Amino acid sequence: MILKVVFLLVSLFTVGSALMVVTHKNLFSSALFLVASFFGVAALYVLLEAEFLAVAQVLIYVGAIATLIIFAIMLTRGMMSGRTSPRNDQAAWAGLASVVLGLVLLYVVVFRVQWPVVEKPVPPDTIEQLGRALVGRYVVPFEVASVLLLAALVGAVLIAREKEV
Amino acid sequence: MDVLKPQIGDWWHALLQGAGLSSGWIVFLDALVITLILLGLGLTSVLFAVWLERKLAARVQDRLGPNRVGPYGLVQTVADALKLLTKEDITPDNAERLSYNLAPGLAVFAVLMLLLVIPFGPGLIGADINVGVLYLVAMGSVGIMAILMAGWSSNNKYALLGGFRAVAQLLSYEIPMILAMSVPVLFAGTMSMEKLVEQQAHGRWFGVVMPAAFFLYFLAALAENERTPFDLLEADSEIVAGYHIEYSGMKFAWFFLAFFLNTLILSAIATTLFLGGWRGPFVEQVPALGIFYFLAKSFVLVFAFMWIRATFPRLRIDQMMAFAWKVMVPTGLVLVLVAAVFVKLPVAPLVRDVLLFLVNVFILLVVAGLVGRHLRLQIKRLSEGAAVVS
Repeated sequence: MILKVVFLLVSLFTVGSALMVVTHKNLFSSALFLVASFFGVAALYVLLEAEFLAVAQVLIYVGAIATLIIFAIMLTRGMMSGRTSPRNDQAAWAGLASVVLGLVLLYVVVFRVQWPVVEKPVPPDTIEQLGRALVGRYVVPFEVASVLLLAALVGAVLIAREKEV
Repeated sequence: MDVLKPQIGDWWHALLQGAGLSSGWIVFLDALVITLILLGLGLTSVLFAVWLERKLAARVQDRLGPNRVGPYGLVQTVADALKLLTKEDITPDNAERLSYNLAPGLAVFAVLMLLLVIPFGPGLIGADINVGVLYLVAMGSVGIMAILMAGWSSNNKYALLGGFRAVAQLLSYEIPMILAMSVPVLFAGTMSMEKLVEQQAHGRWFGVVMPAAFFLYFLAALAENERTPFDLLEADSEIVAGYHIEYSGMKFAWFFLAFFLNTLILSAIATTLFLGGWRGPFVEQVPALGIFYFLAKSFVLVFAFMWIRATFPRLRIDQMMAFAWKVMVPTGLVLVLVAAVFVKLPVAPLVRDVLLFLVNVFILLVVAGLVGRHLRLQIKRLSEGAAVVS
């Protein structure tokens, strides 16, 4: 009962801040609401007893991605004055399209997908199992992802490097 | 809920059950009491730490320091806090209200949340979650957000510069810090703070076995705490005060509070990860000694932090960034590799510990030698250049 109330409050918070991300007129505030929304998702993970996922969510999304987004926004000119989030006069059509698409997606997710519900408690050594899976069963995707990241890193250094005279 | 578990916990639960409360209420009251204890502990130790810092800096500079209010000036901080409460609260006209007002609270929140997973004594921990160390890292990154918000929303160029420096410095030094923290985690095979302390029995502290990792963590913690020689975020002589330049009264005090809390908590984390936490002689017989050992070790580190702040000059920003990326990150990577190899080495634990210690000392010496050689070369080049000019 209490858990349900908490879940509803957290969900409301998450969805509410997600709405503010797209509607707020200041880009910087939008980014801050994005952070709030990330926190809400982390809280949902905690409610699902997935502590590792919750902490990873805060670490990666709040700590790294949101900080980078905010840093980029701070470096943009004229960010302090008035309306800064991009808008045009196609809001009505865009809204209609996204509502229709959203309904289609919802239909598929709710009615077409079989959600396998397993009535099992969360194992206490989730991190260990995750670690073993990453270097065992999923070692190839894991390595491919790291090679991709390395390539991106090298590329970024190459682009940012000063031209030699 | 593990707080107060050893003796008081059972008495407390019996009392609550005797009062006819349901288990849900007991869990809630437990959490409430734990929160209040942690808050009280954190805030009172900040009062003491501020006094210690002022007294220490004064002694280093051949002054007396605060000595008017209370014995040895001990109550000076309380008087200062009251004074800050009565000061005018100014918001700049063009400030972004929401983030301007939210930033000080978020700064303190991010640090206070860390208190939850710190084991103050045997069984004395707010919540022993199995991803404890990762939680520390994650919450630490929330603090950066607060500084960014403060720097941007003040609408002041010095504040903004302070915010930029904050991101550059804190993000850069977070990486060697995480690498240094992952060394004991790798060695102990757990991320739970409680179990990390358990693994350091019989004086086999990770800081003794792996001094290089401890040293790396200590340096990174200095930078994360914005202390000299890494206090570029608020460098008074360059950018006035950095991100909190526009804040006054209680809002400024909150940043101040977050700063000192951070000093205490970084020392507490170092104690837990590297100095055996609450472990010490006779702690098995008298568990209460654990709290004393923990606080003593932590305050030795706090003392070192303050000592360095009182004696060292500030680095230049390019020196600071170069040090993080060219010295500390490679060292951290090597240390993680070494720890990973040694964990799997098929020898007796004692032999492994000695070997690991020797390798760590070797790494420290090599890094120090390389940095020293580079600095000597630079000084030589500079002095030659000066000779040409004159």
